[in-house]
Amino acid sequence: MSPVSRGFRQLHRAPVGQESRVPPGQYVTEGFPVLSVGPTPHTPLEKWTFSITQWGQAKKSWTWQEFRALPAEAITSYIHYVTHWSKLGTEWRRVSLDTLLDQAGYDAPYVMAFCDGGYTTNLPIADVTGGQAWVAFGYDGGPLEAEHGGPLRLLVPHLYFWKSAKWVRGLDLREVAEPGFSETKGYHMYGDPWREQRYAGD
Amino acid sequence: MARTALRGRLTWQVATVASVTRETASVVTIELDPPHWPGHRAGQHLDVRLTAEDGYTAEREYSIASAPGEPVAITVERLEDGEVSPYLTGELRAGDELEMRGPVGGYFVWEPGDGGPLLLLAGGSGIVPLRSIMRHRRRTGSDAPAYLLYSSRSWEDVIYRDELGQYHDGVQVSYTLTRGHPAGWAGHTGRIDQALLTQVAWPAEANPLAYICGPTSFVETAAAGLVGLGYQPERVKTERFGGTGGH
Repeated sequence: MSPVSRGFRQLHRAPVGQESRVPPGQYVTEGFPVLSVGPTPHTPLEKWTFSITQWGQAKKSWTWQEFRALPAEAITSYIHYVTHWSKLGTEWRRVSLDTLLDQAGYDAPYVMAFCDGGYTTNLPIADVTGGQAWVAFGYDGGPLEAEHGGPLRLLVPHLYFWKSAKWVRGLDLREVAEPGFSETKGYHMYGDPWREQRYAGD
Repeated sequence: MARTALRGRLTWQVATVASVTRETASVVTIELDPPHWPGHRAGQHLDVRLTAEDGYTAEREYSIASAPGEPVAITVERLEDGEVSPYLTGELRAGDELEMRGPVGGYFVWEPGDGGPLLLLAGGSGIVPLRSIMRHRRRTGSDAPAYLLYSSRSWEDVIYRDELGQYHDGVQVSYTLTRGHPAGWAGHTGRIDQALLTQVAWPAEANPLAYICGPTSFVETAAAGLVGLGYQPERVKTERFGGTGGH
């Protein structure tokens, strides 16, 4: 039984009509939080590539120019940080991971996203295909700023936002589920905000 | 890392508030007495959950202010448009109960074996996890040289002011005040910038280990500045304190 904190009352409310968009334990922020574990990397676009690999073996790689020639879409998403913030109605320009994976070809149950700065995060292939996951290069009508993951970040809005890795440089196809950076440090392997899967064991 | 992963489930538990200590006009330190605390590492955080009389609940994450081995404590700053922080800083009393779980986080941590020299850069309440690191350094008798630069709005807003004034033996503490300073102020003034970093930071050749915690603009400026000075990016660890979302 949770103890009642006398004098504590609700002050924050989700916008009317949006209540069902906010997962348990979350509250709505108007800001755009930045959560990074180290300095913001700046890879020049002329040296930048996005790769799909299998156990480190290259399958397909795109230069920035080639990547930007892929079909892109502007879509609004709701994002949920494990630190209890939810941000509603974020607007992204993005390329579907289906497009990239279909061009590379894939036959593996998991991917490990890898990034500038050394960050990694693991995802089941079932969660990054079928129109559920993207890579985003634009935000709110402009380019995606470096502190928010630019030039390119993953966008997997149905999972906690640490899965939407910033500065992403590619996906490595894997046969087994292995923990990435945050997952080895106590965070949940899957990270479903609707089931409050914040930490290992949740 | 492995320790955190293997410990298993982080369950909510009801902790008793052992004490509430005022640090500044808007900041308190809350010492908590949970029934089972597995111990924490310097730099980790924990989650707090409050329940209102109508059943409404709110969860927040706070950095742990105490060193490993000390009673677990958090330091909370009142945010004007906040929901939980005004309660914790204004209403909470010793003897009250609240729910908590933790510790959480395995990267923004320091152990004596990590060595130094340590460069600790704090912006506002970003001092909290760095204070845990400084206390841990002292309690373990580490001889890693440490330099703390603490950026605060004013001298009155400096958290742990008395405690920070008592460090010596390989520890240097300096302040920069961004919105006014007392008469005769001999410390730094203005927001952190490249010139200030160049002045205070250990030379990159010493292979320093940096921990930066504060609001996003502070962290971005400081981290980019250190990389510009030649610091290894993997030895610059950053954390943004709760409330960067504008609440």
